[in-house]
Amino acid sequence: MNSSTRQALWYALFILIFTAIATYTVANKTWWFPPLASVQGAEIDRLFMITLVITGIVFIAVHIVLAYFIWRYRSRPDAKAAYITHNTRFEVSAAATVALALVILVGGGTTLWTKIQSPPPEDAFTVEVWAEQFRWTFHYPGADGRMGNVDVRFISDENPYGLDPNDPYAKDDIFTTEMHVPYGAPIAVILRSKDVLHSFFLPHFRMKMDVVPGMKTRMWFTPTQAGTFEIPCTELCGVGHYIMRGVLTVESPEQFNEWIRQQTPVAMSQ
Amino acid sequence: METTSIAHAEAPVEVHHHEPQSFWTKYVFSQDHKVIAMQYMITALVMGFIGMVMSWIFRIQLAWPEHNLPFLRFLMPTNMESGTLQTPGYYMLVTMHGTIMIFFLLTAILTGGFGNFLIPLQVGARDMAFPFLNMLSYWFYFLSCVVITASLFVTTGAASAGWTSYPPLSAIAKATPGSGLGQDLWLISIALFIVASTMGSLNYVTTALNMRAKGMTLMRMPLTVWGIIVAAMLGLFAFPALFAGAVLLLLDRHLGTSFFLPYLVVGGEHIVRNDGSPLLWQHLFWFLGHPEVYILILPAMGITSEILSNGARKPIFGYKVMVGSIAAIGFLSFIVWGHHMFVSGMNPWLGFAFVITTLIIAIPSAIKTFNWLGTLWKGNIRFTTPMLFAIGFISTFVTGGLTGLFLGNSALDIPLHDTYFVVAHFHVVMGLSSVFGIFGGIYYWFPKMTGRMMNELWGKVHFWLTFVGSYGVFWTMHYLGFMGMPRRYYSYESYQFLPPDMHVLQVIITVSALIVGAAQFIFIVNFIGSWLRGKKAPDNPWQATTLEWQAPTPPPHGNWGPTLPVVHRWPYDYSVPGASADFVPQTVPVEVEPTGEHHRVAVAVNGHAHGHPHTNGSGNGHHS
Repeated sequence: MNSSTRQALWYALFILIFTAIATYTVANKTWWFPPLASVQGAEIDRLFMITLVITGIVFIAVHIVLAYFIWRYRSRPDAKAAYITHNTRFEVSAAATVALALVILVGGGTTLWTKIQSPPPEDAFTVEVWAEQFRWTFHYPGADGRMGNVDVRFISDENPYGLDPNDPYAKDDIFTTEMHVPYGAPIAVILRSKDVLHSFFLPHFRMKMDVVPGMKTRMWFTPTQAGTFEIPCTELCGVGHYIMRGVLTVESPEQFNEWIRQQTPVAMSQ
Repeated sequence: METTSIAHAEAPVEVHHHEPQSFWTKYVFSQDHKVIAMQYMITALVMGFIGMVMSWIFRIQLAWPEHNLPFLRFLMPTNMESGTLQTPGYYMLVTMHGTIMIFFLLTAILTGGFGNFLIPLQVGARDMAFPFLNMLSYWFYFLSCVVITASLFVTTGAASAGWTSYPPLSAIAKATPGSGLGQDLWLISIALFIVASTMGSLNYVTTALNMRAKGMTLMRMPLTVWGIIVAAMLGLFAFPALFAGAVLLLLDRHLGTSFFLPYLVVGGEHIVRNDGSPLLWQHLFWFLGHPEVYILILPAMGITSEILSNGARKPIFGYKVMVGSIAAIGFLSFIVWGHHMFVSGMNPWLGFAFVITTLIIAIPSAIKTFNWLGTLWKGNIRFTTPMLFAIGFISTFVTGGLTGLFLGNSALDIPLHDTYFVVAHFHVVMGLSSVFGIFGGIYYWFPKMTGRMMNELWGKVHFWLTFVGSYGVFWTMHYLGFMGMPRRYYSYESYQFLPPDMHVLQVIITVSALIVGAAQFIFIVNFIGSWLRGKKAPDNPWQATTLEWQAPTPPPHGNWGPTLPVVHRWPYDYSVPGASADFVPQTVPVEVEPTGEHHRVAVAVNGHAHGHPHTNGSGNGHHS
């Protein structure tokens, strides 16, 4: 076996082995997403699978062709390459095929994006969130059922959550270190930051939104599972970024009501 | 091409009169594009080495959290006090790794290194259009390297707000240790780098457009030149946005302005500002940041095209379409920046537009990939070290490009954004691919640069360890992304949703990274050893067609001797039917039937003695 044949063999083999391992571990879902827990997440996962099939076909096809060409067209002493400069028909049809695949991806993607970014349904249960280095605080309305205004300008030692002192609805609001929501309704989340950028990530719900000081950002989703889920911060926010962990509990409305009843409204604790 | 000819008659005379003699003007403050290219290349490789060592240290932390590594105290006395990497040190390393690799290694070596060396030689010019500016460009780059390296040694540590330096984290000293003096030095260094890059890019574009040899029409330029000048144009148009951003961020930091800062409460302290928006920085940053990734990939694409055609002994497939794709990718790169900001709080309807523009980039990218495969098809492939890297580029570009179709689609980006899937994606498509372009290019042009060949055996060992190891690192990272592991995490042990067997993947990644790192020592030894005592290189060791191989090895000051080359054909005449050799240099007239003596023919056409009608004694062959 001469050097060229040996090189071609190794190269082609490596590409095929790599492609096989990559394809197997992905198709087998050996290392995969956390268990799914929301309606929107199911749709995202479906689009993910469509994209995975399309890109997977291209990935496998290109690598097999590459391996084949490496082997088939390795240099041989008496061989000569063909003089082929272009093939317009091939290039146009290849571009058209790619464009067609993109129409599917863009169509599916923008439709789903519109759905996810549209305003939350009327019956959504709203939780407000304060993010700061390096913790999440969750804000619920008190007995009056209305959420009071908050603003970073009102924050002081006595008023750590920046409740508006002139807002009557703010008097009985509840702040918690854990997030609880009732199962059955869509959940709307309003996000605020006191200091730097953070990002509110719900891996099981396939949801994420940055938290930006100076503005309110929003997300909404519909849980399909009760249970306890983690909320990692996904925007670098300082040395404690990796321990900025929150917890979300989705529970029955009865359990939720019981839990919220046990929380102490902030105004009374002052 | 019609161009004017003003006052060029004295040019060659001047060149010969100004041949530098002293050590300082010849090797240090040189205005010769080849010396500047080597200066850029070596400085960038040194910076890249620093960036790589940083990645080992934080990779060790991720695989073996808080493992005691007392020897690292010598490298980082303040951040490794107890022998384990501490959190501020981790964030500093992650930030500096990204910054150094993207700007100080990849951008610098591709445009400053390859751009400088190849543009004059491949278009048939004696030097850059503005040699003094070219020298200044290098020294500004050198200064920016000094500033960024110095920032590692300030007491509060180097910048640690990520290579993207998002405010308010990067604006408020209290927010994180690195946002003290370290962040100022980061911003100053980047501003200096942009000055250097602008001076360089002006030269690259001007030289390629105005100083081409006779017969070198635009559509006879090698794809390397196309890739580099389009990248240079992207730099000229996009870098000013980051320069403005850097100045504004410095004002926000020190003069109390509110460009990027709203009213904040950091650690209980009120920071009173008006209603600035942190999103403005993100727009400015990514307006550069996205073209930037194409600044890194387009020259690498050009280099790869060049090597693939040469190694397959076959014309590049679809040359015109390749040029068109480079231009299309360059244009599109300016209208896709928002895909970095789908979940940033930007108006979601903007995301809609950015999905469409982003995915359109897949079309020219796919065409290029098909054309590279088309170039190999029916070729006669020689597996030289440059060719191994060029073929590797096709694989990494496809692998990394395809994952872009997930991230560019906003709905899919929601769960994947800021996870290891993103880290995997950009390292494969822009890190590995451009590094493969760079290594391929170094092995390929080293003989012309130094007059010596690099060792092929060690080159192949270097390639295989790098190729296999890199997939070990970066393919594996996709799985971490699926599992939802966020980027920029010092440790992940407090999260239950990340399964315990993820640790296996972390170890695979780190071990692979250390192997890839070890392989780079082979490269360094090969590079230095071959330069000192490698095999003498012939003028055209790869039997290539482009102009630089017609120059003496290594090319003298002024590149071409008394007369400039004249170009008669496109750069990819490999395996022309009827020709006895499988390559015909660009300088061979079409009417001259190539014989077995093709090389001599080329030299003869080049030579003064033959008095070709197009080359007069003045050597003034800029125009065609």
